Amino acid sequence: MSALFAAASADADIYVAQNVFFGLIAITMIWAALRVVTTSNVVHAALWLVVVLGGVAVQFLFLGAEFVAVTQVLVYIGAVIVLFLFGVMLTRASMGADESVAREKRTMATVTAVLLFAVMAVALIDSFEDVRLVIDEPQSTTLVSDSIFSQYIVPFEAVSVLLLAALVGAIVVARRD
Amino acid sequence: MLLNQFLVLAAILFCIGVYGVLVRKNAMLVLMSVELILNAVNINLVAFGALNDDVGGSVFALFTIAVAAAEVGIGLAIVLLMYRNRRSIDLSEADMLKG
Repeated sequence: MSALFAAASADADIYVAQNVFFGLIAITMIWAALRVVTTSNVVHAALWLVVVLGGVAVQFLFLGAEFVAVTQVLVYIGAVIVLFLFGVMLTRASMGADESVAREKRTMATVTAVLLFAVMAVALIDSFEDVRLVIDEPQSTTLVSDSIFSQYIVPFEAVSVLLLAALVGAIVVARRD
Repeated sequence: MLLNQFLVLAAILFCIGVYGVLVRKNAMLVLMSVELILNAVNINLVAFGALNDDVGGSVFALFTIAVAAAEVGIGLAIVLLMYRNRRSIDLSEADMLKG
């Protein structure tokens, strides 16, 4: 047993603990994502989505992108999920059980998803077989902000205008006149 | 850690999202599946940013989060309008434009 661990740690340098946690969180995320697309209750789907989004935030922490992880929690879990729950409440016709989907449609969707994953997995494993990530220290937020407000200032302004347009557009679309 | 751990996880999430978009008839659930797809893309962006030791990946992940928030806002407004007009958000019934 200890020889196994020694071999594993020699193989993966010193990242055994990180790899174990990565595996646990990845399995949780995949299970939650499957529940999002299979559960028949819309509210349950939104709550399973919270698990997936939290798992994605943890993956960002593994990758050293702490600012993105915090933004993920604030924007997605804080705002987007609340929007979803409001949407579910306002369209209360869908509160109960979801529709039953035709069997052949479900089969075709499964085939499509599995084929897509097979293609992507083969391409990824072929291209990045042994590429290792070395993350010594988290990415500093100073670097991210400097980069946003110098190199990426034009996309940043474009996103600002986009958010304003989306806000105005959502009000115009959804109001009763 | 291997880069492929993150990329394959993102691919799995992406494919689950694609399955959800294809199989769901409730518009809210389709929007949730789209969120799964966008999150898979974000993992890829941040992973490649970490690989190249570049902040560009994180910056674009932030942009994607902002665009996804805008998308959800507009999408929910459209779903609300659909519900108000038809008393249903079943996408298989929304076929008025069919020729």
